[in-house]
Amino acid sequence: MGLLTFSVGGIHPNDNKLYTANLPIENLKAPKQLVIPLSQHAGAPCKPVVEPGQRVFMYSKIGEPTAFVSASVHSSVSGKVIEIRNHPSSTGRMVLSVVIENDGKDEAVELEEDEDYINKEPDVLKERIKQAGIVGMGGATFPTSVKLSPPKEKPIDSIIINGAECEPYLTADHRMMVEKPIEVLEGLRVLMKVLGVANGYVGIENNKKDAIKYMVSACAGFEGIKVLPLKVKYPQGAEKMLIKSILNREVPAGGLPMDVRVVVQNVGTAYAIYEAVRYNRPVVERVVSVTGAGIKNPKNLKVRIGTQIKDVIDYCGGVKAGVSKVIAGGPMMGFALYSTDIPVTKGTSGIVALVEQGLTHYEKYRACIRCGRCIEACPMGLMPQMFSVYVERGFYEDCKDYNLFDCFECGSCTYVCPAKRPIVQQIRLAKTLVKR
Amino acid sequence: MERQSRNLLITSSPPYIKNGETVHCLMFDVIISLVPAALFSIYVFGVRSLWIIFISSMTAVITEGVLQLLFFTKEFNYKTPILSFIKSEDITVTDGSALVTGLLLAFTLPPTVPYWIPIVGTVVAIALGKLAFGGLGYNIFNPALLGRAFLLAAWPVYMTTWLATINADVVTTATPLSMMKEDGQLTPIINLIVGNVSGSIGETSVVALLLGAAYLFYKRTITWHIPVSYIVTVFVFSLVLGMPAFFHVFSGGLILGAFYMATDVVTSPCTPKGRIIFGCGAGIITILIRKYGGYPEGVCYAILIMNAVAPLIDRIKR
Repeated sequence: MGLLTFSVGGIHPNDNKLYTANLPIENLKAPKQLVIPLSQHAGAPCKPVVEPGQRVFMYSKIGEPTAFVSASVHSSVSGKVIEIRNHPSSTGRMVLSVVIENDGKDEAVELEEDEDYINKEPDVLKERIKQAGIVGMGGATFPTSVKLSPPKEKPIDSIIINGAECEPYLTADHRMMVEKPIEVLEGLRVLMKVLGVANGYVGIENNKKDAIKYMVSACAGFEGIKVLPLKVKYPQGAEKMLIKSILNREVPAGGLPMDVRVVVQNVGTAYAIYEAVRYNRPVVERVVSVTGAGIKNPKNLKVRIGTQIKDVIDYCGGVKAGVSKVIAGGPMMGFALYSTDIPVTKGTSGIVALVEQGLTHYEKYRACIRCGRCIEACPMGLMPQMFSVYVERGFYEDCKDYNLFDCFECGSCTYVCPAKRPIVQQIRLAKTLVKR
Repeated sequence: MERQSRNLLITSSPPYIKNGETVHCLMFDVIISLVPAALFSIYVFGVRSLWIIFISSMTAVITEGVLQLLFFTKEFNYKTPILSFIKSEDITVTDGSALVTGLLLAFTLPPTVPYWIPIVGTVVAIALGKLAFGGLGYNIFNPALLGRAFLLAAWPVYMTTWLATINADVVTTATPLSMMKEDGQLTPIINLIVGNVSGSIGETSVVALLLGAAYLFYKRTITWHIPVSYIVTVFVFSLVLGMPAFFHVFSGGLILGAFYMATDVVTSPCTPKGRIIFGCGAGIITILIRKYGGYPEGVCYAILIMNAVAPLIDRIKR
């Protein structure tokens, strides 16, 4: 098969997508109380622009960016602000959050529809994207408006929509492409217009045959857009891998996609962009796959931002007995939660509950046997075992000799390690200590 | 249990899923792959070789178990010795690596050796070759080869008395390599491939060894880099020195060494490039010893020498 893929490394975990791959997206009713974090993005947290006791409408702005790399936050329901306090987030940190009591009326700020959005000036479109508070919805949550403002000396010639969704279990992007192919492609067209680019690509892993079919037929009406099936291989959906697969360009060490004239955006982000430029609608909800062997009735849900994860799980029938781990995001790069009193944010692509069985906790790992499995698996061509051994010995600085900061923590090395060493954790430790 | 009853979630660093492969799997794959060669040697050299294999592997397991119990265990409950032994995280003898060492050492012994030779050899292999460095993962030299090198230095006569094949266990004879070295006599290649020649227990049959190696490749336990580069180098380098290339590839312990000894993950380089350098180096040293050295066979020392430089080779980054 001539499917596109990257050349170095990669692994083939069981994708486990059948739990939710064929289930249409359902709307989850907004709960009584929402906790909307003011930092749902990479970059500076927002400052609150509402006060306790104040009435807010759906779509009204509650958090204002304080820096360039930041994204505004909007209320996803109408109701009353109860308090503004620190609340735990999925990353484990405490984040300043606005607690809103939902009045159930969903009274919205009036939004102006602009049917002729595609003929607007790039700057106008970019401003709408910025106002809508759009961030990378695949999980990295980098503010989209920043990604769309490359410096002048770095021209962009291609945009890739990331439909690989290589994380096992997750099907949010998959369902989005099946159910809203036109909207996703419209989002891509807006991106191409904003950046003045003629080439748009959509890369989809070949285990999503129906998504490829719908996207290919939808793409007929679009000029300069190609839908490309990709080989199923983790981490196919990592920016650098995707660029290598589709355009055969290599992002330099320490560089960004724009260094090779590319911008990559997630499927969910493209949809949000379409909503923003056409309807001026900010990001107040997102599609979340609630899945895994530990969920009674796995579903794909459209969830209001700020809904507590426990409310989402309850709607899916709750968890089965023996659940030991609930993950925000996918099982390779997501965050294991210590509690389900944590809100869904713009970056929560999935809620995966894993049961004790089949999930092994290695509290004590073994000595590295230098088998080289991690080296074979590393998509960046690094030597993960060196980081692991160095960190164990406390030689953090020496990790830099092996290009520590090229690692994007995809977890492939740890997945394959027969000695069950926590390599990603050790790499993160080294990164933190070396930066200091 | 407590966690379950209090309904707590477990947090940890990602990834949360892992493939099932463990060190145990790797080691037991090697053990399975050694079965054809072991059966063949029992057929050719008689039940004596079964005993040597058995004694060697049992000694290896017992030595590792006892030494880990004595020197590596921090806490041990002597009231429930068996349970504590199995449950102890410091005693890793159950991972099968000691069994592999014992089997491989037996494979390098002549079938005529007295039964105490494998015992001494495996004790040295496990104690000095492996546990003295800190156990599996920390050893520099392939333990089985270190044990063999020790035996060869200490009891050279026992280690070079060979049996003729097919159960003729009174007739001693020379191996194809020593016949070559001393008399310039060339053994037919077909005999070497089938294994109808004298030699160490596990090294004679190329067919049986390749069958096991095929299994290792199928299970992805070993990569092609070391065996291929090793064998190709031996072939090319013996051609260059005007030696019979096919004979040198199929005789002695080269096939056993290339597929089972040199590929020992702990003592070989980690990177594909490093592995190729390792194989080439071992190939060159093997042929140099066979051509100019005092011994007819050079695989054991070639691999040991390359083991010593493996950490250095690993400094060559990808």
